[in-house]
Amino acid sequence: MAVKDTYEAYWKQNLIYIVILLSIWFAVSFLCGIMLADQLDNIKFFGFPLGFWFANQGSEVTFVILIAVYVKLMNALDIKYDVHEK
Amino acid sequence: MDIITWTWIIVGASFALYIGVALWSRARTTGEFYVAAKQVHPVLNGMATGADWMSAASFISMAGLISFLGRDGAMYLMGWTGGYVLLAMLLAPYLRKYGKYTVPMFVGERYYSQTARVVAVLCAIFVSFTYVAGQMRGVGVVFSRFLEVPINTGVLIGMGIVFFYAVLGGMKGITYTQVAQYCVLITAYLIPAIFISIMLTGNPIPQFGYGSSLSENGMQLLNTSGGYLLDKLNDVQKDLGFPAYTGRGSKSMIDVFMITFALMVGTAGLPHIIIRFFTTPTIKGARASAGWALLFIAILYTTAPAVASFARLNMIHTLNNKTYTEAPSWFKNWEKTGLVAWKDKNGDGKIQYAKGEAFKGKIAFEPGVVGPYGERVVTTPLDEKSASELYIDRDIMVLANPEIAKLPAWVVALVAAGGLAAALSTAAGLLLVIASAFSHDLIKNVIAPNTSEKGELIYARIAAGFAVMVAGYFGIHPPGFVAQVVAFAFGLAASSFFPVIIMGVFWKRTTKEGAILGMISGIVFTAAYIIYFKFVNPDMNKAQYWLWGISPEGIGTIGMLINFVVTYVVSKITKEPPKAVQDMVASLRYPREI
Repeated sequence: MAVKDTYEAYWKQNLIYIVILLSIWFAVSFLCGIMLADQLDNIKFFGFPLGFWFANQGSEVTFVILIAVYVKLMNALDIKYDVHEK
Repeated sequence: MDIITWTWIIVGASFALYIGVALWSRARTTGEFYVAAKQVHPVLNGMATGADWMSAASFISMAGLISFLGRDGAMYLMGWTGGYVLLAMLLAPYLRKYGKYTVPMFVGERYYSQTARVVAVLCAIFVSFTYVAGQMRGVGVVFSRFLEVPINTGVLIGMGIVFFYAVLGGMKGITYTQVAQYCVLITAYLIPAIFISIMLTGNPIPQFGYGSSLSENGMQLLNTSGGYLLDKLNDVQKDLGFPAYTGRGSKSMIDVFMITFALMVGTAGLPHIIIRFFTTPTIKGARASAGWALLFIAILYTTAPAVASFARLNMIHTLNNKTYTEAPSWFKNWEKTGLVAWKDKNGDGKIQYAKGEAFKGKIAFEPGVVGPYGERVVTTPLDEKSASELYIDRDIMVLANPEIAKLPAWVVALVAAGGLAAALSTAAGLLLVIASAFSHDLIKNVIAPNTSEKGELIYARIAAGFAVMVAGYFGIHPPGFVAQVVAFAFGLAASSFFPVIIMGVFWKRTTKEGAILGMISGIVFTAAYIIYFKFVNPDMNKAQYWLWGISPEGIGTIGMLINFVVTYVVSKITKEPPKAVQDMVASLRYPREI
């Protein structure tokens, strides 16, 4: 692959990661915590109604995990395409 | 020892710590002053960002808001954390690669335009001043209640401390002080929550405790039968005529959605948060730093809903249907500050709490007069529509919580120190944005480009000092509109900076004309909407008059969309950016120089 193509592929892969992770970001907060909260509240999760839990804690915990996953993926990707800092 | 002695000791010790750290880490160059010479470890930067972000609003007000709003209140929890995901993926690494000092500087270079830079400077200064005024007020409230000095003296002491370490240390001093402040504030937040969680449910982890069943001890304390704590709270709420605590509140779904979105995007567009990611040594570090920041923030943010439900349950239990003489001492202490009030509407001598507002408008007392039970006499007109006789300011819930739960005096003192740490750390971060916008973006870049590094450092310190004075003035003479103006800060950040920076990084073709018109249309729309409903016609500020049922707090989301669309369309029809700019954008995308 030409150098330019390598860079293009790196950026494309980054965009794919972002789209996937932000879809999860949207799903846990806006879908589970707000739009579907009333329905999910009928399900009990320990002592919490599930929709209430997603809004209050589930989203926040997922956000932390999402960033951790992105950091891991990108560190690996930087090395794979040899664009990491030296 | 009593509360006030403990408070002086703990607050005094924490202040001594901050000053010590500031002396150890003072700044000598502009690089150190603006971005701590890019030497801050990602974990420490995460902690500092956490303290920078968690303001008096997060520490003092948020749990109180949630305890009155129920599930709707979670919009603050999601809104003020979700932005970090956007920061980590869409902003932080690229802006770190850019490698300069301020947000307006990026906007100016990316859009090859001084106009864009000046617009960005003005936005940054306005947003930061709005924020800082609220912090100083928080400092004043904590001082007046716990150290029993007048609010104004409290503000002056707070100003002195911030002045000392922000002016001396710049970003370097601020960052290391914020690390210390994070430790103080998180300890102060967790200890009472853990105590209360054990008392009520026997579970030492508050995040799980409020989803647990009441323990034997908890049942005795609340004088009730066993069951899940949240079920009990729902029952109590229903008895008083409120909607279920865990269910849908009074806001519409679209409004909750829009407010949450505006808060998230606003967070990611706030200059004092973005600037934090300029301080790490590497791009890898900038990404990681966003993760650490969110982890440290989430520790407090997942505790907040637990504190909210404990406080709500305790508050209703200790006050409702009790006579004034039976009411606990915290009630009378806060009554002195005017943040709680009671009027015996039905003449039965007992305090009744119910849905609706007890009074119409701002609470005022007849000076020096006491009612038949020893209570302060309220002169505010009664709201006869509600049976509620009790006014409780939402801001006191966190501060009063340890007293409500009868925790030892040193815990109460620790909470006071935590509230101060939260307010001071945020104020310092904001002052730095104001100082750098002024000295670097205005003086060095526009007015007097020949200024030496030494001269610039002096200007930066003068600007920081001046900003402390202005913030202090607003703390002592709070404009009546501080609360309204906060909607502005997030709305503006969401509808101006966020789209412009994202488009600048992700689409090379974005032009100067597109960005400027996009920013202007986003801001003008958002500002006009907020000004209309908050200032011009506050009587119309009701759901039926709002555009699609979206409140002024949530309108920033629409402003952001408008900005995106305008930027896109205008960029399409204007001349593409110069080659040098497009190359710069390309280089932002790769950690290594290519």
